[in-house]
Amino acid sequence: MNRKSFYRWLLIALMALVLAACATTDEERVDDDEGLTDEELAELERDRASEARGVEGRRSLEGSELEELLNDPNSPLSRRTVYFEFDSSEIRERDVSILEAHAAFLSDHPDQRIAVEGHTDERGSPEYNLALGERRAIAVKRALVLYGASDDQIRVTSYGEENPAALGSDEESWSRNRRGELVYR
Amino acid sequence: MRKTFARLRPLLFGLLLLPVLARAELVIEITGGAEAAIPIAVVPFAWDGDGELPEDMARVIDANLARSGQFEPLARSEFIETPARREDVRFPNWRALGIDNLVVGAVERDGNSYRVRYELLDVFTGQRQEGKNFRVADDALRTLAHVISDEIYEILLGRPGAFNSRIAYVTMEDRDGERRWRLLVADADGHEPQTILTSSEPLMSPAWSPDGEKLAYVSFEGRRSEVFVQNVGSGDRDKVASFEGINSAPAWSPDSRRLSITRSRGGQTDVYVLNLNSRETRQVTDSMSIDTEAVWMPDGRSLLFTSDRAGGPQIYRVNADGSGTRRISYEGNYNASPTVSPDGRHVAMVHRRSNGRFAIAVQDVDGENFRVLTPGGHDESPSFAPNGAMVLYATRADGRSVLGTVSLFGDARQTMSTAGERIREPAWSP
Repeated sequence: MNRKSFYRWLLIALMALVLAACATTDEERVDDDEGLTDEELAELERDRASEARGVEGRRSLEGSELEELLNDPNSPLSRRTVYFEFDSSEIRERDVSILEAHAAFLSDHPDQRIAVEGHTDERGSPEYNLALGERRAIAVKRALVLYGASDDQIRVTSYGEENPAALGSDEESWSRNRRGELVYR
Repeated sequence: MRKTFARLRPLLFGLLLLPVLARAELVIEITGGAEAAIPIAVVPFAWDGDGELPEDMARVIDANLARSGQFEPLARSEFIETPARREDVRFPNWRALGIDNLVVGAVERDGNSYRVRYELLDVFTGQRQEGKNFRVADDALRTLAHVISDEIYEILLGRPGAFNSRIAYVTMEDRDGERRWRLLVADADGHEPQTILTSSEPLMSPAWSPDGEKLAYVSFEGRRSEVFVQNVGSGDRDKVASFEGINSAPAWSPDSRRLSITRSRGGQTDVYVLNLNSRETRQVTDSMSIDTEAVWMPDGRSLLFTSDRAGGPQIYRVNADGSGTRRISYEGNYNASPTVSPDGRHVAMVHRRSNGRFAIAVQDVDGENFRVLTPGGHDESPSFAPNGAMVLYATRADGRSVLGTVSLFGDARQTMSTAGERIREPAWSP
């Protein structure tokens, strides 16, 4: 079920890429047009620059595909952080769909490797928190494996409280810092 | 080829070794009061050389004694006279101010060095308790002030001072999301900070070798926790623990030949002992729970560590061979990060109070005489002074990460901070 919807999504993404390519071809034709203002020319230059990067990126299909999937806000893979309650390493119900999507992707791409980084908030002992961060990373890995990823695709690592996402010292910052991050390399 | 790569590796991770690079001074603030402290006056040392006295040694001594919480130095504004030798002191003046002890001295230029003389005087009897002459190099006046502070402390209190020692700590600077971690070494009073390591990945848990010449610490430069040992003077360093899983919480055995470290295997976190020669580890604790941050008792025969085997984290003691595990902390539901006094009698720890605040607490190693030392908030990483009279820790003040010291006698507290940086993970040298 989930995998099916994932492929449907992938198809849409690829179609979007094709459309984007067509759109730029149109713009190149405009290039011949005389009477463009300096401002319009400058804009064209910028478009070309970004298009040039796009073409270059697409040459290695695998890397580009992954990049797009990770960066497109509509992709389920664009969400790569799950959050935890205080002193807990339990996966929250609302984060399950995120992990299912990544597990499906990993299952379809057996050569893909990821790191799962566990983090805690700043309260208490840094060394104890380092161990707690690993518990969280392992909980994330177990969920990914349960949903179809393979054990050897996932490396767990813990940063404890050492690399917070938010630097504040309040409830909101703490809840943002108690997290597991999925890192594609 | 391999060698070249090994040499390049630090660069690849954006890592810089800087043997001596001075950093911004720490700003020091004394926050607590002193009770039952010894009244003393430290008179500014006489100086008849050209220009200003290169180092206000009396000020350094004065600040040291105040920070200990065991002395209450008289403010300079209260001074009626500023004698430089016993013969010039009018003792009734000082007795009237309620002063028990007086420190006087003088500094003279002598070629490329300085001649320093000081006297410790008993105001009640008018007798000299100590008088000494020193000859020191240009840049050693501040160090000499710490040595003199230690002497005064020991003469008046009967135990050694800890002013001529150093602290190590980690700072983190965040510039628009670009982060830089630094490992620094400074004098015990926070002055003369020097960066010994800079990294674009986190650094944590510095631990001094018993001779004070090396630091073990945890670095994430390999995108995971690994343990390094670095010579503070030369900057030479070695990666000593890079096993699968967590490598952290280094602590030196009293004979310097081993490090206790924390390793994780399959999600089980335990205390191990790493032989620094063979690089082999021996497992000390074995439980499904988190067992970590071990420290050695001074006799090297047992260790204290944190474990959550009973639910929340508590402090346990285990023999170095892994036998005889027993719990030693019982107050509240969160006690962690043990640090042992050099005489092996006291253990300080992070304790979560009933109001949820994390504070520094101390108790006897056998579990008796538990008491909370700080009001608490986000106190962590306690580390005993080499004389066991003070504890250094990381805390928050006005929303900033700073270092704090608290005296075990009285309640004198002090914070040290630098602008724009988080300071954490302090460790007091032997």
